[in-house]
Amino acid sequence: MEKPIIQLENIQRDFIVGSETVHALRGVTFSIFPGEFVTIMGTSGSGKSTLLNTLGCLDTPSDGEYYLDGYSVRQMGKNERARLRNNKIGFVFQSYNLLPKTNALENVELPLMYNPNVSAKFRKEKALQALNAVGLADRVYHKSNQMSGGQQQRVAIARALVNDPVLILADEATGNLDTRTSVEILVLFQKLHQAGRTIIFVTHNPEIATYSSRNIVLKDGRIIEDKYNQHIESAQKALDLLPVMND
Amino acid sequence: MNFTNLFKIALRALGNNKFRGFLTMLGIIIGVASVITMLAIGQGSKKSIQSEISEMGSNMIMIHPGNMERGGVRQEASSMQTLKLTDYQSIVNKASYISACSPSVNSSGQFIYGANNFPSTMNGISEDYMEIRKISVKDGEMFTEQDILSSAKVCLVGKTVTDNLFPDGENPIGKVIRFNKIPFKIIGTLVPKGYNSMGQDQDNLVLAPYTTVQKRVLAITYIQSIYASAITEAMTEKATEEITEILRSNHKLKETDEDDFSIRSQEELSSMLTSTTDMMTILLACIAGISLLVGGIGIMNIMYVSVTERTREIGLRMSVGARGIDILSQFLIEAILISITGGLIGVVIGIGSSFFVNAVLSWPVYIQPYSVILSFAVCTITGIFFGWYPAKKASELDPIDAIRYE
Ligand SMILES: Nc1ncnc2c1ncn2[C@@H]1O[C@H](COP(=O)(O)OP(=O)(O)OP(=O)(O)O)[C@@H](O)[C@H]1O
Ligand SMILES: [Mg+2]
Repeated sequence: MEKPIIQLENIQRDFIVGSETVHALRGVTFSIFPGEFVTIMGTSGSGKSTLLNTLGCLDTPSDGEYYLDGYSVRQMGKNERARLRNNKIGFVFQSYNLLPKTNALENVELPLMYNPNVSAKFRKEKALQALNAVGLADRVYHKSNQMSGGQQQRVAIARALVNDPVLILADEATGNLDTRTSVEILVLFQKLHQAGRTIIFVTHNPEIATYSSRNIVLKDGRIIEDKYNQHIESAQKALDLLPVMND
Repeated sequence: MNFTNLFKIALRALGNNKFRGFLTMLGIIIGVASVITMLAIGQGSKKSIQSEISEMGSNMIMIHPGNMERGGVRQEASSMQTLKLTDYQSIVNKASYISACSPSVNSSGQFIYGANNFPSTMNGISEDYMEIRKISVKDGEMFTEQDILSSAKVCLVGKTVTDNLFPDGENPIGKVIRFNKIPFKIIGTLVPKGYNSMGQDQDNLVLAPYTTVQKRVLAITYIQSIYASAITEAMTEKATEEITEILRSNHKLKETDEDDFSIRSQEELSSMLTSTTDMMTILLACIAGISLLVGGIGIMNIMYVSVTERTREIGLRMSVGARGIDILSQFLIEAILISITGGLIGVVIGIGSSFFVNAVLSWPVYIQPYSVILSFAVCTITGIFFGWYPAKKASELDPIDAIRYE
């Protein structure tokens, strides 16, 4: 059997706020294999973001083991985790988080700037490729403030793709977008999925779960549901059905 | 993480905030420019005093009667008569570190030619005096050894005296002028030297053989001072010691007696006068240095605000793989770039304004290369020093906290 990309064993995360301890994650165990498109759902405060941050090596669990691509993240130092984020993970945020006053190309190049093994020429090539993949070949030199929300999010996705990560993490990546743009972004994620990428997508929207291959539901820091989706809907079809808006 | 990339990142970040960067730089620019200008003014006046003094004579040693070291206490007349001609002769005969020596006796009074008269000083000297004081004869001739022996009534006149006694441009050579009712024949004129930095007219003088002034004008047997030239500047001190020895033995002073004469060298005079300008230079540099410090604090201030303002950006950079050290380097490079650029502009403006001061106020300025290098180094260090703390703060941010920062 194939080796899992992510293996979580009884992950716990406690936050100490004043004299109280908030148990954001109370023992989460699951594995994710290459090529899966997993949505994570749950009510607000159920621990989705905390889980995703842990998966993205941005946060360290209070207890439990986390293996990413076979490496134990728990034992790693700050710098090693930074390198892991740089090499293996692509993060897409709800609020895009692009660099202000910076054009699309430079934004996408950013992760490769922190990789000493990448030459300037290769970096630009990869960034252009990634922008092409998200359909922004004609917006390369547009500054972040000169683009729509949907375009900015696509730049953010290109940025998450540019380092060929083994794992793409998205935290409510469509949360700030209108329905049509959301579906467009999902078309993009489905394409990436079809191209063999592993994606974890946190969302509030149950509809999005119909486009993924697996859906995990959290409640109070525990998994209450973990189902594989046998009938993955096509986001492209949904997009075609949406009425075209005239502006 | 390679340096080129960090440099690019820092450069882009600065490019995004050009105006703020410029404002931050302004402190450094003003600081460096004022340090350079102030030092240039200080050094300039020192230089001009030094050259003024070296114009006074060549490795000059001045010997006066009495002991000038007794503070400001006025000395008895007898102590002012301790220098004799024999002292002069002993120095000429025995001293080995000097190249020229002349006695000096002065008398002030009116010089009269026809209907014109002019107050000046008659300086009784020997031929060596010309070399010691760097005076040269313009027209005519210097008096001779024979003139000294015979106390000849001859003199050489400076330009100011000539101009006043011969306002119509007559040739003064061969003319007879009167001083103290004594007729003096003008045998030469002196090359003009102009005013010195203390505003004294160096051409208002008349030179005559010392014997003439001593016997015919003043009727004294002592001399008022002795001037000598050390062979080289380095020998000045040795020459001074030697002369002290000669004079002490001449005056039969006991071991415990104080000198009854005083010796000053040109070197001493120079360091005495320049110590004031040195002090002024230090003072000016300190004030300018403080403005550089304020500029540095400006950098820290702006960097600190900028770190807070860019917390999300820092979080994002960390989330895509920047390590603490990368963030630290980025902010440090930004701070250094600001201070170096500011420093460079400051150097240019500093040099420019030094020349401006020179041109407009006609103050002497002198830009020493070390002052440029110094202020530049100081501002780079300022950048590192004041950029360090905010940069360190930035690098220690927690990635999630930073990216969630509102
Ligand atoms: N840095 C923190 N300090 C203290 N408590 C935290 C912190 N981050 C999260 N929590 C707590 O952990 C719990 C889970 O938070 P989390 O952000 O993971 O929820 P979520 O499922 O992403 O919610 P939402 O859908 O609203 O984004 C919440 O109770 C929250 O208050
Ligand atoms: Mg969340």
